[in-house]
Amino acid sequence: MAYSQKVIDHFENPQNMGSLDKADPSVGTGLVGAPACGDVMKLQLKINDNGIIEDAKFKTMGCGSAIASSSLVTTMVKGKSIDEAELIKNAEIAAELALPPVKIHCSVLAEDAIKAAIADFRKKQAARSAETSA
Amino acid sequence: MTLRRPIYLDYNATNPVDPRVAEAMIPYLTEHFGNPASRNHAFGWEAREAVELAREQVADLIGATAREVVFTSGATESNNLAIKGVARFNEEKGKHIITVATEHKAVLDSVHALERDGWEATVLGVQPDGRLDLDVLRAAIRPDTTLVSVMFANNEIGVIQPIREIGAICRERGVFFHCDAVQGLGRVPFHVDDMNVDLVSISGHKMYGPKGIGALYVRRARPRVRLQAEIDGGGHERGMRSGTLATHQIVGLGKAAALAKADLTNGEVERVRALRDRLWDGLRARLDELYLNGSWEHRLPNNLNVSFAYVEGEAMMMGIKDIACSSGSACTSASLEPSYVLRALGVDAELAHTSLRFGLGRFTTAEEIDFAIDLIANKAAFLREMSPLYEMVKEGIDLKSIQWEAH
Repeated sequence: MAYSQKVIDHFENPQNMGSLDKADPSVGTGLVGAPACGDVMKLQLKINDNGIIEDAKFKTMGCGSAIASSSLVTTMVKGKSIDEAELIKNAEIAAELALPPVKIHCSVLAEDAIKAAIADFRKKQAARSAETSA
Repeated sequence: MTLRRPIYLDYNATNPVDPRVAEAMIPYLTEHFGNPASRNHAFGWEAREAVELAREQVADLIGATAREVVFTSGATESNNLAIKGVARFNEEKGKHIITVATEHKAVLDSVHALERDGWEATVLGVQPDGRLDLDVLRAAIRPDTTLVSVMFANNEIGVIQPIREIGAICRERGVFFHCDAVQGLGRVPFHVDDMNVDLVSISGHKMYGPKGIGALYVRRARPRVRLQAEIDGGGHERGMRSGTLATHQIVGLGKAAALAKADLTNGEVERVRALRDRLWDGLRARLDELYLNGSWEHRLPNNLNVSFAYVEGEAMMMGIKDIACSSGSACTSASLEPSYVLRALGVDAELAHTSLRFGLGRFTTAEEIDFAIDLIANKAAFLREMSPLYEMVKEGIDLKSIQWEAH
């Protein structure tokens, strides 16, 4: 498999690899994929009171393209609002990394990870509002 | 001493041609280039003499007679010829074939081709250690079974089948027994009478010979095996395989066979086994959650197939790019399916995706193994740091309890 230089760079120098505090109310955690598929991504977003993504961390079990996709995504979302981040499409990720057709699904998973993290954040927010208004 | 990079640890995929083999071959390219079938001049006689010497060398490796050796373009062709050739010749007797789920595709696809032409096939499963259960085989043989095909040693997991016992059962039931011995020759003793085999596939490039040449052993007595040729033409190889013999290739195969036979007694098998054990011990000393795929006891001395839990195989290979090896992960296969051999063992898809296969060989050194242990351990640790699964496991979470969303 001939990897693009960008994929190799992300693999050798992953951006924002690590974890945020799952219990922190301002952190949304998305866990997508399945071990049986050989692809699991965890994406965590720290979102401030203005709805801006301040920090992002990823952990991925998967091939080089999957790792690169999730690493790239953390750099793409930082500084964006969650509404903007939700608009990120897998095609952008695939194009930036020059993924071959057989690896496009890795970028799809990365897009899913963003949405899952945001959904988790929104769920937490809704629970908090329910608590405070109760 | 600087190590050549990448370090080659994929000897089950192919081998470099041994310099002694290459040396033996070269004169037959430009000097002694005659067609071995040219009966009327020295060019032909010389070539024929070289071919017949090589035939003896190949026969000698497996305890056969020269007349029982048919040269082919490689083991894939040998497998095709053995399976289709014997099945078709014996069509009147019956149309049932038995083989095993862990066979090489050249065997499985040949069997599927026969199914399309009206044969019935039984593909037997294996036990978790990769070995065939003899009772399962006994129960599968029918009055209309004409052929059983079971490989000597598996190319992915290195597991060695109980060939002698399988052969004995086939003899008892009057069924021909074909054995793809590609991976085992030169690593484990193999004698056709001792093993009760009727057909044996041999590959040049799996024993330090050139690619594009192999052989098929076809037993001549007790029982006599006859087959229908796959390739028609000038009637070469007693009508079993037409086509001008590639003298230089055959000379290479013969020399390779002679060297392989020597390896069985000159200490080479012990040397490579010690290096393989060193690799396994070294990895286990540095990493937890490693799983060996296939029987340890019944295994090729040069093979190690290991799952590195929570780390995907292709990512591992990218990380250890200074080492040439292979993986059972879906990402590394053209079909995006994980290794069918590992699945046949009942290895979970999770672990199949995390497997790496290392094949050691004649030119592997202790220095290369120590370098490999270090690199593999470091990269596995790095990828485990990156793995959300490893993190969850270390937190005490049972991964089986999670509802994963498939995509």
